[in-house]
Amino acid sequence: MLSSDTRIPRRSFSPDAELSSSLLRSTTNSFWNLINLFLEWFGDLGLFAWQVMRAAVRRPFEGRELLRQLDEIGSKSLPVAALAGAAIGFVLSLESRSSLVRFGAKSMLPAALVYSIIHETGPVVTGLVVCGRVGAGIGAELGSMKVTEQIDAIEASGVNPYKFLAFTRIVACILMLPLLTLAADFCGVLFGWIAETLVEPVSFHRFVDQGFIGASFSDFLAPTFRTAVFGLIIGTIGCFQGMSTKGGTAGVGLSATSSVVISSLFVILADVILVKFILVFFP
Amino acid sequence: MMHPEQDVLLAPEENDVTTAIDSSGGKSDGPAVVLRGLHKSFGSQVVLNGMDLTVESGETLAVLGRSGTGKSVLLKLIIGLQKPDSGSILIHEQEVTGLPLDALNEIRKKMGFLFQHAALYDSLTVEQNVAFPLQRHTKMTPSEQSTRVKELLASVGMEDDLNKMPSDLSGGMQKRVGLARALSLKPTILLLDEPTAGLDPITSGEIDELILKLQEEHGTASIVVTHDLHSAKTIADRIALLHEGKVLLDGTFKELEKSSDKFVLEFLKRDS
Repeated sequence: MLSSDTRIPRRSFSPDAELSSSLLRSTTNSFWNLINLFLEWFGDLGLFAWQVMRAAVRRPFEGRELLRQLDEIGSKSLPVAALAGAAIGFVLSLESRSSLVRFGAKSMLPAALVYSIIHETGPVVTGLVVCGRVGAGIGAELGSMKVTEQIDAIEASGVNPYKFLAFTRIVACILMLPLLTLAADFCGVLFGWIAETLVEPVSFHRFVDQGFIGASFSDFLAPTFRTAVFGLIIGTIGCFQGMSTKGGTAGVGLSATSSVVISSLFVILADVILVKFILVFFP
Repeated sequence: MMHPEQDVLLAPEENDVTTAIDSSGGKSDGPAVVLRGLHKSFGSQVVLNGMDLTVESGETLAVLGRSGTGKSVLLKLIIGLQKPDSGSILIHEQEVTGLPLDALNEIRKKMGFLFQHAALYDSLTVEQNVAFPLQRHTKMTPSEQSTRVKELLASVGMEDDLNKMPSDLSGGMQKRVGLARALSLKPTILLLDEPTAGLDPITSGEIDELILKLQEEHGTASIVVTHDLHSAKTIADRIALLHEGKVLLDGTFKELEKSSDKFVLEFLKRDS
């Protein structure tokens, strides 16, 4: 007769090993699911972009709707872009002054401010501000149109929604971002001067003269037009997220949020890549 | 060889909308819509399973059936918003499955679609909603468009609400504006997705009367998806009852009432 101890089957693995194995399996599965979702999203985005490009080359070219979107995306974003530029200029001027004074380079303040705003701060801040205002707006508007069948109604009336809704918004974003960046840059320099003048009065003319010493046209052109790429990203992702909305009002909220989050991430990523390009082509 | 009716169908921009339809109000001798062996599935869920249906020009067909039997999907397949898995859809004797988008859009201009919740463009006024198809597909001047929009809105009893936004309208009013928009290009085929759903009996009756009146005036072929048996009896020449992805019964309302089929009896009993 066997003792009770000998009847207990012996485990081939310890409980800890089984737990670890199960955790590893579920982590691997989650990772692969994430990769799949990511690739699926990119594939869908590619198909969407292809549909928009195909629609774009066919008549009619939706001039009236494009003008409406230029106003909606450009004019209505101007105050917030200008305000953001002004705030950045003011803060940069105040913050960098003390450092430059410490190193005896106070006279470099206008040049440092202008260089910083035109090269990096102005374009990126404008891009991110427009991501928030326009990206969310496009995502929510098109998402709402999708769940209430308005996009289907447009299609049913023989109008291509990829052209009427998406292409016009994307082009408006591409055209308006550089102009908004110029406005933000101007406000940044202006408020940088105001901040400097509050501490040590200097004429705006002199401030600008000192600021643009050694600056060439390419210093100004490439970073500003970099924002056209930001516009392409914001418009495309906003339209894509909006037009692929599912699940009613909750889906609309999700589209608005994801439009802002994804386009902001891509704007930052594009900024890093484009800065490298600009340094290569406009040394 | 192109059918004379198709000639009108494929070139509406060449014509003013008022001349795009022949004098018979869009009626032609052949069937307006022919569906053959239509299959449509969503994943593992089979919605249409080899469906056959014909709608003659000038005829009103009511499509009945339980929820989820593919009635709304059927309308979306006809207008090309969804693609069938297999089968054939002929609009005025022209095959539309697999048509390139430009050609499909030309066909769509000859069809009016009233969505279940009207689907009015919420950033546009009532007037702009009805004018939208006219601006896109006709060469009408703004004053001609305005006259046409006012005519259409008067025909649905909404002529005093030109400048209202869709959010300011009740469900019944939205359906009326949706109907006016669906009729703006003088379609030869009208697709109505639950025109009386969610409306009180009096407003439903008004919408039914409106559909009958417009039917008399325009003579379009209409496919009306509805759960409202009373409405179907009032407006339809013929009834198609969908069950398990196929047409279970195709006939007049009297034939439906006389049917001894178990499902038909249950369907009618529920409503009564």
